[in-house]
Amino acid sequence: MYVAVKGGERAIENAHRLLAEDRRGDPAQSEIAPEQIRDQLKLAVDRVMTEGSLYDRDLAALALKQARGDQIEAIFLLRAYRTTLPRFGAAVPVETSRMALERRISATFKDLPGGQILGPTFDYTHRLLDHDLAEGHAPAAPAEGAPAPDDAPRVLDLLAQEGLIEEAADGDRPAREPGDITREPPSFPAERDVRLQTLARGDEGFLLALGYSTQRGYGRTHPFAGEIRLGTVAVEFEPEELGFPVEIGEIEMTECQMVNQFKGSAEQAPCFTRGYGVAFGHGERKAMAMALVDRSLRADAFGEERDSPAQDEEFVLSHCDNVQATGFVEHLKLPHYVDFQSELELLRRLRREHAEKTQPEAAE
Amino acid sequence: MATLAKAPPARLSELAQGYLAGLPQAAAPRFTMLRKPEAGLVMLRARAGGSGAPFNMGEMTVTRCTVRLETGVGADGAPIHGAAYIAGRDGAHAALAAKLDALLQAPGHADALRRAVIEPLERERKAARAERARQVGATKVEFFTMVRGED
Repeated sequence: MYVAVKGGERAIENAHRLLAEDRRGDPAQSEIAPEQIRDQLKLAVDRVMTEGSLYDRDLAALALKQARGDQIEAIFLLRAYRTTLPRFGAAVPVETSRMALERRISATFKDLPGGQILGPTFDYTHRLLDHDLAEGHAPAAPAEGAPAPDDAPRVLDLLAQEGLIEEAADGDRPAREPGDITREPPSFPAERDVRLQTLARGDEGFLLALGYSTQRGYGRTHPFAGEIRLGTVAVEFEPEELGFPVEIGEIEMTECQMVNQFKGSAEQAPCFTRGYGVAFGHGERKAMAMALVDRSLRADAFGEERDSPAQDEEFVLSHCDNVQATGFVEHLKLPHYVDFQSELELLRRLRREHAEKTQPEAAE
Repeated sequence: MATLAKAPPARLSELAQGYLAGLPQAAAPRFTMLRKPEAGLVMLRARAGGSGAPFNMGEMTVTRCTVRLETGVGADGAPIHGAAYIAGRDGAHAALAAKLDALLQAPGHADALRRAVIEPLERERKAARAERARQVGATKVEFFTMVRGED
């Protein structure tokens, strides 16, 4: 039941003034600029772009500042902003085999064309707090070597050439416009394109936990990290009035290709299967978790029993969006006075009836 | 268009001003704004498995702008329109790119503009890219095998 309640305007206004004051923090400290967040808290910005489903570094940095570092609040701000803009159309799919690499590793082959390139990674650091960072410090200039390639073949394509892994194309499905959950509400069962879009903007923590659950036996898929790559790819878009695609910029993105255990049939020799994940910017954990969950959601395609949470499409896709989730969880904070009054009255009546039944003499 | 879109806005503006300032007054171009810089979204797409069926990955901000050149016509005598679609929300960048796009189609400007603006931008971009590629390349793992035993 909804009843309009008035009042509280002054309290709300004052609360927001207090928020602004607290957001600024100690005025003796210099104020943080969105550009500093953009450049120095890059991975926070990347996550906000990925789950906010909007590639714009400056806006994501501003959102983080406004949200006082609360990632989901910042993601919410970005999602709200995007609804204010018209959509010009859809870009040509990015070509990740033409990525200017920042990082590219494979856990399945030691030697591969293009090599294992570590890039700017936390891997192999000792995870000891570095107190030098508490002071101003100037890092040593990066080393230089033979240039990293921008045409390294995808590792899984090498396996596919030998027929050892399923083709990336899903069978002989007719070409059609990919589904778009921002335009049509999802329905179940969902196509893989809709699943991938939903997972791409899904909450990293939720997908991480689900991916982890598949490794621990809840819908196991026996994954190997076939390839993880990070780098920039060109974005091409075909404006209606031009009639040919033009390069409108580039994005940094992360791609993860999982190699999973086999499927085969009477007609088809066994081969490895795939799970795929992407993220805007540098989002390795997210891309890996997404790839694990993508594969586990393909259970039906491989005749696997669906008995674990990570294989339950409706469960995963309906709950992985942190803006939706936070909206419903946090709406519990809003006044439910009338709802609660009616529950309270019901409870009092039930207790009265209970007392009358168990202690009839006391009720008289 | 790719070079104009990816150029750092400040550097693009500097080179373009340099070119325009060097023109005799009579040759200074004039434009009519057909569509003022307008921010919008383009849906980005990737492919399942890298090469499979496309899916929607998320949107990016894009600014577009269209101008008409008032001081010249194309080689075929038709009016020249310049258009820009540029990642981000920088309206000034999009407006300048649209104007330069028009001039790059104008017989009187195209070659000189290419030399004065496009080529330096391409050179600088290539150099920056190459430097980064060398830095990233230095993180490539060189495996070596530990020889164990006598033979």
